Amino acid sequence: MAVARELDALGTNILILPKSASMQDYYSADMQEEEIPEEYVTTLSTSDLSGLDNLSPKLSVPLELEGRRFILTGILPKNEFKAKMAWQGAGIFARPEGCGTVVDLPLAGVAPAPGEPAQRRIIEDLGESELLVGHDMAGELGITEGQSFTLMGKAFQVKAILPMTGTVDDARAFAHLHTLQALAGKGAVINAIEIVGCCEQISKGLVQKINQLLPEAKVVTISQIVATQVNTNHMMARLSLLFLVIMVLVGGASIANYMYANVYERRREIGTLMALGAGPKLVLQVFLLKALLLGVGGGVAGFFLGSAAALWLGPRIAGVPVLPMPILAFWALVVAIAIALAASFFPARRAARLDPSVALQEV
Amino acid sequence: MLKLESVSKSYKHRGRVVNALDDVSLEIGKGEFVSIMGPSGSGKSTFLLLLGGMLTPSRGKVHLGGVSVYDLAPAARAELRRQRLGFVFQSYNLVPYLTALENVQVPLFLAGLSGDRQRERARQLLDRVGLGDRMDHKPAELSGGQQQRVALARMLANDPEVILADEPTGNLDPETSGMILDFLQSLHREGRTILMVTHDPRASAYAHKSLRLAEGRISSNGAQPKIHPCPSTDTRVEHQI
Ligand SMILES: Nc1ncnc2c1ncn2[C@@H]1O[C@H](COP(=O)(O)OP(=O)(O)OP(=O)(O)O)[C@@H](O)[C@H]1O
Ligand SMILES: [Mg+2]
Repeated sequence: MAVARELDALGTNILILPKSASMQDYYSADMQEEEIPEEYVTTLSTSDLSGLDNLSPKLSVPLELEGRRFILTGILPKNEFKAKMAWQGAGIFARPEGCGTVVDLPLAGVAPAPGEPAQRRIIEDLGESELLVGHDMAGELGITEGQSFTLMGKAFQVKAILPMTGTVDDARAFAHLHTLQALAGKGAVINAIEIVGCCEQISKGLVQKINQLLPEAKVVTISQIVATQVNTNHMMARLSLLFLVIMVLVGGASIANYMYANVYERRREIGTLMALGAGPKLVLQVFLLKALLLGVGGGVAGFFLGSAAALWLGPRIAGVPVLPMPILAFWALVVAIAIALAASFFPARRAARLDPSVALQEV
Repeated sequence: MLKLESVSKSYKHRGRVVNALDDVSLEIGKGEFVSIMGPSGSGKSTFLLLLGGMLTPSRGKVHLGGVSVYDLAPAARAELRRQRLGFVFQSYNLVPYLTALENVQVPLFLAGLSGDRQRERARQLLDRVGLGDRMDHKPAELSGGQQQRVALARMLANDPEVILADEPTGNLDPETSGMILDFLQSLHREGRTILMVTHDPRASAYAHKSLRLAEGRISSNGAQPKIHPCPSTDTRVEHQI
């Protein structure tokens, strides 16, 4: 499943969010309206909790550039990169390994003084006015590495273009957390803290312990988010199946009803045809052919209307882009023809068996 | 040509049994022109349908040219109707969404003719009934008499030996009726056998023989008193049928 795979690639497994945060979507999780104080990072890193492998505080603000929406995310760089295995290809940092107990990670060239808050020591790598730009964003805005780029009124130096991840991160730029906090005028706040927690410790109640430590925040594991999303997806799948069954039944019933009514209305025509020498076979063929045409028409129209509706409604209702699926045209056709033929067979056979005189009785 | 052997037909209607035709035995020779008269409900239409292979009798047998019609499978009976029988109805029974030409094409299509041959023959037939200039009209765009003439052309398409006409002039004014009857007479002269149900004594006068039906039984069966052996000869010429 795609979401699980992506989350695995991110390496993060615990999220600390504002109380009001929804868990519907990991990516909206760090775009909350509400914020939590940056202090929480310090609180965590100076606590005696073991099993916290990495802490990534994040603050995100939406941006609109050249009519497109992007996200500018403030990070404390070292941790961010440790958490994101997907960026290994950038070659700057290696993925965090093992399940250490230390929050304080040794940084290149800087020996951390014991007891110093973690955030101080991990600032250095991404400079105050440096920017990391997501793959799509760079492509669309024509940004190249080493270039100077002005965002929110501040001139940034583009430090690197990030390789493609296939996630919303491609439409994201990363700046230093504290730079963004200053630009956004928000003070020392963040939207989320991503944590790489040690699995063993999580099973021993790490989440509850963090919860006790930060009672004002919401602490969730990624698996909870995944479970929520998987549940939603299952429910949607079942609902779609239910709708499909209902539509097939209703559609079949209305075609059957239509054909019955049609046979009844045209009994005089049928009688005339039979009086002129049309056999039962021909009458059956005429009605089944009509059903076939009805099925083909219904299938083609259904596919195009359905696809158009999905293309239009998908992004608006569910927030997912939808692409037309040509294989569905085949199934729409097959199902529609099958329903039309099945629903028409009995009325058609009834018509074929009519005594010509019955149809012609002058009432 | 046509033979009925103690044929009965009863309908069940709301639990009651109606004897529409009661033990009728009869023979009609090739080339006869027979009129069938009788009060409403006496079983005239039932009689004609039975003869035409369109209504299975409750009892008895119907023979057409030596073949027992109702011992045939439905498909074979349909084929028999197509090849040997022509029907004319009081209410024409044209297909409303087809043009005059297309209506006449229907039996030709059933006979398996190519589209071109169908159109060619249908045009000839419509010319013959004097509707060469109405080929593209739908039934609703034709008068009653014209519709009946389209129906006659259609009935003639497969060159039937036997023509069964159920009140063919029932809905028409006397002059138009005369036209239709003259046409039937000319078909009779071509050697076809004609049975015609009618309420109109003037129409009945065209026939050479008249049957009376009353309560499902043949009550009189004899030679037609020839009132007008050859009525309104001049009208016929005028109508060019
Ligand atoms: N489908 C039917 N179901 C029940 N009864 C029927 C049916 N068709 C005809 N009948 C009955 O059979 C009898 C004969 O009907 P038929 O139509 O043969 O009469 P008809 O002589 O043609 O009458 P008309 O001159 O009015 O056309 C009538 O009493 C009629 O009510
Ligand atoms: Mg009748």
